[in-house]
Amino acid sequence: MTPMDTTAVRRRLPGSLAWHIGALAILAVVLYPVVWTIGASFKPSEDIVGALNLLPTDPITDNYRRLADGIADIPIWKFFLNSAYISVGSVIGVVISCSLTAYAFTKVRFAGRNAMFAIMIGTLLLPYHVLIIPQYVMFQKLELINTFTPLLIGKYLATDAFFVFLMVQFMRGLPKELDEAARLDGCGHLRIYWSIVMPLCRPALITSAIFTFIQAWNDFMGPLLYLNEPDKYTVSMGLRMFIDQDAVADYGGMIAMSLVALLPVLAFFLAFQRYLIDGMATSGLKG
Amino acid sequence: MTHIQTSTSGPVLDKDLAAVERSGPGRKTRPAPRPRGHRENLTGYLFMSPWIAGFLFLIAGPMVFSLYLAFTDYNLFDSPKWVGLKNFTDMFADPRWRQSVKVTGWYVVIGTPIKLAAALAVAMLLAQKRWGQSFYRAAFYAPSLIGASVSAAIVWRALFSDDAVVDRGQQLFGIDAGGWIGDPNMIIYALVGLTVWQFGAPMVIFLAGLKQVPRELYEAANVDGASAWRKFWSITLPMISPVLFFNVLLETIHSFQIFGSAYIVSNGSCGPADATLVYTCYLYDQGFANSRMGFASAMAWLLLVAVGLVTAVLFWSQKRWVHYEEGGR
Repeated sequence: MTPMDTTAVRRRLPGSLAWHIGALAILAVVLYPVVWTIGASFKPSEDIVGALNLLPTDPITDNYRRLADGIADIPIWKFFLNSAYISVGSVIGVVISCSLTAYAFTKVRFAGRNAMFAIMIGTLLLPYHVLIIPQYVMFQKLELINTFTPLLIGKYLATDAFFVFLMVQFMRGLPKELDEAARLDGCGHLRIYWSIVMPLCRPALITSAIFTFIQAWNDFMGPLLYLNEPDKYTVSMGLRMFIDQDAVADYGGMIAMSLVALLPVLAFFLAFQRYLIDGMATSGLKG
Repeated sequence: MTHIQTSTSGPVLDKDLAAVERSGPGRKTRPAPRPRGHRENLTGYLFMSPWIAGFLFLIAGPMVFSLYLAFTDYNLFDSPKWVGLKNFTDMFADPRWRQSVKVTGWYVVIGTPIKLAAALAVAMLLAQKRWGQSFYRAAFYAPSLIGASVSAAIVWRALFSDDAVVDRGQQLFGIDAGGWIGDPNMIIYALVGLTVWQFGAPMVIFLAGLKQVPRELYEAANVDGASAWRKFWSITLPMISPVLFFNVLLETIHSFQIFGSAYIVSNGSCGPADATLVYTCYLYDQGFANSRMGFASAMAWLLLVAVGLVTAVLFWSQKRWVHYEEGGR
């Protein structure tokens, strides 16, 4: 390049070192709570708060073994099963209903499309809490309290505007020629949706699916409102039972359970982090 | 073609085809590549039917119902009794309600800027492409996925309790104030810390924005001998202002609605001394623990109005500080 080349190289080295030191320092802060949790889950309850060593000097597995006995006589697999049912059910609902809606918004020209699109974008910014009371009253009158229906129905009715929006953005980017060609070959909308658009939308569908799963898995307010028998509890609610038993506090068990509760989320993250991060980045940019 | 279409979108269509009508004033000048009219409308509404049902029964209907409830006394079992503006006047006279506004306002005003500043700073660090960049990006993003969980709040409660890590840390500096969880003045900052810990999500969005800034701008600035500070204010910030706007909007709206973390970090008490009584905690407390559904609906509508106002102000302020590229958006 230029004579500047040598100075650039000389400068890059310490600069690079500083960069890595900076990045590692942030990493240490960000990961500290995670590492702490892993360490604490192998410590006896009385050592968890107060002992300064991050990892236990003498690791024990009692906390996990006690978990196997369940929480308040409910085996913990029950909580996991309930959470899995709700999360997987949510994923299926969101993938189907939001993609149908997004398809209509991008590929079908029906009267009122623009108005409906504007309304959909409006619901994107709507604070969810204004719906809590009236929805609760509605589901209570329909005798659906303590069932999973209130937690799932919205996913099947495309109320998650964020995912509709994400899919709309993605479908807009697909080449028009493909579905126009299919149309000339005599394909109807359902066929185009299912055989052309859906396969091409895989990245957006995967992003939505993973976010939905994680959100449903972590959800606390929904189960807190609608589930009131321990055998219907999700993992979040199971965890809360530790808190309810105030003074007794099986601290070690609680920490161990906290970690186990996150495992599915962490597994999804490790497997699909690229979809998640790219999905976040693009939806933000085009907003 | 008709053959396949009828099989997928119902038999009613053929009769109606005579009355084909053009949907909407055809603003696009180029000829429509596909047939329009009733058939296309019907297909559209069929595809949209889940969303339409969801909007009517889970969003619009409940919103109207909640607006009505806001002017009533309602405990879920007796029928609602119209009380006019009483819920609102009660609210303004209620010290706990005022406390919840104060706590939430403080949380939003402190938490959002710190979180976004951290996100931008780290994004700018990561934007310098170096070895390991995508690893760091993924690692910093991870807390955003688990931060809202009950687990994270439980861990937070532990980290900020008496004699735990944070307390020991401040003892090193001679501060002997105890853990933040038990301290009404400090516990809110433990919550702020929890939201700042999740800086990864806005960071990823900032990072994508930073990638779009043309290199040439910086090169030109280097030729002019501009300082790093100057380049940040005159190039980086204006160029990423649309992304910044998006993040500010999203994070602010989000922060107003904090519930789970406050509930768990305070052990379900929203205390001590109502120090973590965020707006939605009080809404939950009034609506469900005290069965004051009318009052809680009034609270929810006020939250809606407040969030709407903040959104409107943000959109209005956009003109002054957000630079969209010509033609883009």
